Amino acid sequence: MLLKSAPVTAPSLSEAVLSEHRPVLFRYALLKLRDHELADDAVQETLLAAWQTAAAYQGKAGLRTWLIGILKHKIADHWRHSAREVVTTEFDQLDNPDDEADEDVFFMSNGHWNGGPTTWNDPEAALKQQEFWAIYETCQNNLPPKMAKVFMLRELVGLEASEVCGETGLSDANYWVTMHRARLRLRECLEVRWFNQSKKENNHA
Amino acid sequence: MRSCRDITGLVSQGMDKQLSLGERLAIGAHVMMCSRCRNFQSQAHFIRTTAQTYLERLQDESEKKS
Repeated sequence: MLLKSAPVTAPSLSEAVLSEHRPVLFRYALLKLRDHELADDAVQETLLAAWQTAAAYQGKAGLRTWLIGILKHKIADHWRHSAREVVTTEFDQLDNPDDEADEDVFFMSNGHWNGGPTTWNDPEAALKQQEFWAIYETCQNNLPPKMAKVFMLRELVGLEASEVCGETGLSDANYWVTMHRARLRLRECLEVRWFNQSKKENNHA
Repeated sequence: MRSCRDITGLVSQGMDKQLSLGERLAIGAHVMMCSRCRNFQSQAHFIRTTAQTYLERLQDESEKKS
C-alpha cells in the first residue's frame, strides 16, 4: 500500500490545492446566502472540513464537486440554525411543461426568427448605469427556477458545463437546450425592457 | 442550409464547448448573411459579460454592507 511509505497528509489535498477553489465556492455561497460575511464563513468552514477529512475524498467525483457538496451542507446548517424563514426552491422538480414551448415563441415553424434580435446601441454603456442592473436582475429572476439555477451555476459561479450537469442532474442534451433558452429569454427581456426603451431610432422589424 | 433556430443553438453550444470545424464554418457563413443571428451572437456574449459583472457587483455590495 502506498500509505505505508507516503507521508501522513495526502499531498494532492494541500491547503494550496483547496484554496484554488475558494473563488468558485465563495461565489456559490454568496448567491445562496447573499451576505459577504456569511459566505466567507461558510467557505472557510468548508475548506477546513475538507482539510480535516481529506482522507474521505475518494477522487471519484471532481474535487470541486466534492467541495461544493460540503459547502451545501454548511449552507443548510446555517439555515437550520438561523431563525429566518427561507423559501428554498426545489431544483430537482421537473421542468414546467410551459418551458417546452419556449423556443416556439422565438422562432417560427420553419426555424426563422419570429421578430428576433435587433441591434443594440452601445451595450457596454449600459453596464455603467444603475438602472440597467435592476432590469438585469428582474430578467434573471424571471427565468424559470431550474433554468435560472443552471444559468447561474455556469455564468455566475463559473462551473464547467459538466459540473453543472452533475449539480443539477441534467443530461448533456438538456443542458444545451436549457442554456440556450436562458440566453434567448434574457436577450429578449433585456431588449424589451432596456435596449428598445432607450432606443430613439425607428424599429424596422 | 441550417435555420436561424439551429444556428443560434450552435452559437450557444460554442460558448461552452469546442465546436467542430464544420459547425464553426456553418455559423460563420450564416451570420455573415443574417443580421439577427449576428446580433444574437454578440448579445449572448454580452450577457455572459453582464452576468459576471453582476456577480462582481454583488460581491462589492455585500462587502460594503458587512
